[in-house]
Amino acid sequence: MKTAWIVFWKEVRENLRDRRTVLNTLLTGPLLAPLMFVLIVHAAVTRELDKAEKPLEVPVIGAEHAPNLIAALERGGVKIEEAPADPERAVREQDADLVLRIPEGFGKAWSAGEPAQVEIVYDRSQRDAQGSVSRLSAVLDRYAQQNAALRLVARGISPSVVQPVVVAERDQSTPQSRSGMLFGMLPYFFILGVFIGGMALAIDTTAGERERQSLEPLFANPVRRGALLAGKLGATGAFAFASLFLSIVAFSVAGRFLPTERLDMSLEIGARFGAITLFTMLPLVLLLAALQTLAAAFARSYREAQTYLSLLMFVPVVPTLLLTLFPMKTQAWMYAVPLMGQQVIITRLLRGEIVPWEGIWLCFGCTTVAALLACLVTAAVYRSERLAISA
Amino acid sequence: MIEACGLNKAFGDVRAVDGVSFVARDGEITGLLGPNGAGKTTTLRMLYTLMRPDDGQVRVDGIDAAVDPMAVRRRLGVLPDARGLYKRLSARENVAYFARLQGLDPATRDARIAALSAALEMDDILDRRTEGFSQGQRVKTAIARALVHDPRNVILDEPTNGLDVMATRAMRLFMRRLRDEGRCVLFSSHIMQEVGALCDRIVVIARGRVVADASPDALREQTGCDSLEDAFVRVIGSEEGLAA
Repeated sequence: MKTAWIVFWKEVRENLRDRRTVLNTLLTGPLLAPLMFVLIVHAAVTRELDKAEKPLEVPVIGAEHAPNLIAALERGGVKIEEAPADPERAVREQDADLVLRIPEGFGKAWSAGEPAQVEIVYDRSQRDAQGSVSRLSAVLDRYAQQNAALRLVARGISPSVVQPVVVAERDQSTPQSRSGMLFGMLPYFFILGVFIGGMALAIDTTAGERERQSLEPLFANPVRRGALLAGKLGATGAFAFASLFLSIVAFSVAGRFLPTERLDMSLEIGARFGAITLFTMLPLVLLLAALQTLAAAFARSYREAQTYLSLLMFVPVVPTLLLTLFPMKTQAWMYAVPLMGQQVIITRLLRGEIVPWEGIWLCFGCTTVAALLACLVTAAVYRSERLAISA
Repeated sequence: MIEACGLNKAFGDVRAVDGVSFVARDGEITGLLGPNGAGKTTTLRMLYTLMRPDDGQVRVDGIDAAVDPMAVRRRLGVLPDARGLYKRLSARENVAYFARLQGLDPATRDARIAALSAALEMDDILDRRTEGFSQGQRVKTAIARALVHDPRNVILDEPTNGLDVMATRAMRLFMRRLRDEGRCVLFSSHIMQEVGALCDRIVVIARGRVVADASPDALREQTGCDSLEDAFVRVIGSEEGLAA
């Protein structure tokens, strides 16, 4: 135990003197992600909102065929623009979000009481155009319904006859749960923070120590290798945990600068959120530290270790990706799977849902067991003769 | 006293060490001499318990290394072939780290560091970070670190490797001083002159076996050669990998 402390403090002190490590784990790692996140979300949201508030600009071909429709569109907040010569091409090349085409026969069909067709030319793979398309469709629909009603009234029929069913939507989402959709990536950022925070030390204390040939003299001391490993894992975990803590703080500060109210959302990263997140992540910190150290132990050099650890970094993406691709109802077993349990808990906390204490304890317990197993495997590798030999 | 009895170590099909036995006594400098790849480093690694022999026994001051490796390591000061330092720590901090791991109390630790620093003439570099140290300064720090717990037995793997003439002379003086303090000094080398100038006893290893174990004079007598170098070539049976 005493040995582990000695090793722990030496590793912490040595790595605090390394400007690059400190910068990466305690500054860039935890702060860069929230900053980028805020900037991107802010830009996207502002843009979306600005668009919704601005008049919709629609290039129209054949406006002369339907003056009434055009007038109605203008009343509905649409600004009619000159149409490009080749609308399909203009849309494909993103010169225009959408183009409205009114065919020559529009007036004739209208007068004959037949369905008169208009065309909206757009590109569905252009996410940016979606908002404009639905706004235009809504205005057109409204115009069609008004006229349908007028025609029915003119024939002495109540318009409600053609509306046998009325759908009323009752949205059960809360401002917090709506923000959960936007911040679905947050758990991954936290896990990534842990990963980046521990990376430099995991490499430095194993592959790095071997590369600079200091592992063999270290092993000549009358100390158990398990104790040496405990100190090294502790130091790696401490840096990872510091990184995670800063990351949570940074996100809670950054969250205040997001225009969430304008989106009718709310993001609460408070003390309760922070405490539960830190608690459930605690064994995960140890698990990742052990896995990183294990991977680094197989590497012969610093560079090789970096390669292994970069590959390992993709592992935490898996549960996030799975839950994004196959959204499923939270089930009890999910809490028991390391990484996924943390993901589920943090997501629920963000959505303002209640997380059962059994779930939190199950997550903590199972991740702890996994972490201890990883530590045992790492310890076994550490005891091997091969590890110490530098050359 | 360090005793090796019938040590064997194989890596796959290669028998790196094949039945090595010898004794390094207190108050003597014992040289482990042999061409490159003869099995010197592997033998030493078994002595300081980094490797476990496939067969055979290591005893340090009568303690069996297989039974109580911790006690053995406490009695050994080791300068391995790999002698990397922590470059973001000062020389003093490097040495103090090992002193703590050896379990020295703060007062003893400071006293030992001061004594070793004086003996190795490294007061001027003691509080500098080891990044950018010369080879000689690095070896001094590594030796101070290896001897900080005042061990009775000292194992040095090619201690003069990479040192210039002055540093080599200083190293030899230091080794004699260790012997005169009554310690058991065991070092390996592939350099004839060094072994001849220093050793009270020479153990010659070739292809994983001990081919001679005698004092320098006795070795000359045994082989009927006047020069130690000729004697060395005679016992090894070839001239491969020798440096005069």
